[in-house]
Amino acid sequence: MAAKIGVVVFPGSNCEHDVVKALGLFGSSRVDAGLVWHGERSLAGYDAVVLPGGFAHGDYLRPGALARFSPVMEALAKYAADGGPVVGICNGFQVLTEAGLLPGALQKNRGLRFLCTTVGVEVCTTRTVLTGESDLGAQLSLPINHFEGNFTCDPATLERLRAEDRIVLRYTANPNGSLDDIAGVCNEEGNVVGLMPHPERACDALTASTDGMRLLESLVVAATRRAQVPV
Amino acid sequence: MKYEVLVEVRLRSGIADPQGATIERALPALGFEGVDDVHVGKAFRLSIEASDEDGAYARGTEMAQRLLANPVIEDSTVTVIGPVESVSSAAPLTSSAVSTGNAVSTGNGAG
Repeated sequence: MAAKIGVVVFPGSNCEHDVVKALGLFGSSRVDAGLVWHGERSLAGYDAVVLPGGFAHGDYLRPGALARFSPVMEALAKYAADGGPVVGICNGFQVLTEAGLLPGALQKNRGLRFLCTTVGVEVCTTRTVLTGESDLGAQLSLPINHFEGNFTCDPATLERLRAEDRIVLRYTANPNGSLDDIAGVCNEEGNVVGLMPHPERACDALTASTDGMRLLESLVVAATRRAQVPV
Repeated sequence: MKYEVLVEVRLRSGIADPQGATIERALPALGFEGVDDVHVGKAFRLSIEASDEDGAYARGTEMAQRLLANPVIEDSTVTVIGPVESVSSAAPLTSSAVSTGNAVSTGNGAG
């Protein structure tokens, strides 16, 4: 049976269809991807959940600050605590940090520039739902598209992220001032991952890179594994 | 009783504030010399229902810590301006700095 992957739509999300389309490339026999409205109070039956990019709730106050009050977020916290695979991309990463499901914060880019470009990132751990099928040290070419992508946290948190192997991706050439070149982090168990680059936009040769597929493949595998666990 | 409360949020000391730095560099171009420690933040004015000004301060502080500021990168200062009815003429009744994170708010924002 195909793994069921939900892509959460907040008012102001704008990458949800890209994610569904990219996941669709794995074929309907492997993946059943669809949208989940943020007002949903249950994520029962989903084998993985993606928080896509965009401007949830208009990014009012701070990116992610209001999205964390959406009804679906309570269900998401339980889903994550239960080991469910969760990936936040760009604005989705910001939502996960504001919700306390991932550490740190995403502040304005160094230099106060909105960045829309392609960057190199290195896979720093393969223990996560987004990198399980990648090679350690693999270099990927992925698009970024953000104003607030400059990851920061206090020194003790950074030390813990390093010690617990929770830095998932690092920029090979830091574009935004992120602490320790961090492009993505995960929770202790590795089932919740946030990243600023957009893997869903690097899934077709026409977009110059298909490296995003290597990350999404890992998510599909993790979702498939969860689909096979008897509930 | 409603009290007018001002919550000011700004980046914690040690967190780069490129907007403040840019404005600081721009001011001399207009002839404003001798200005430093320029910081850019947000200000929220709220009318808060409370039994007295201490209660309004406590509620404003909790709002600042739980929503208005992100304690990872921001500090907040809560000031009770006064009862809503007499806001225009009232001087601040209660003002003190509160840190939303572990760091102590520096007051003059050095850094």
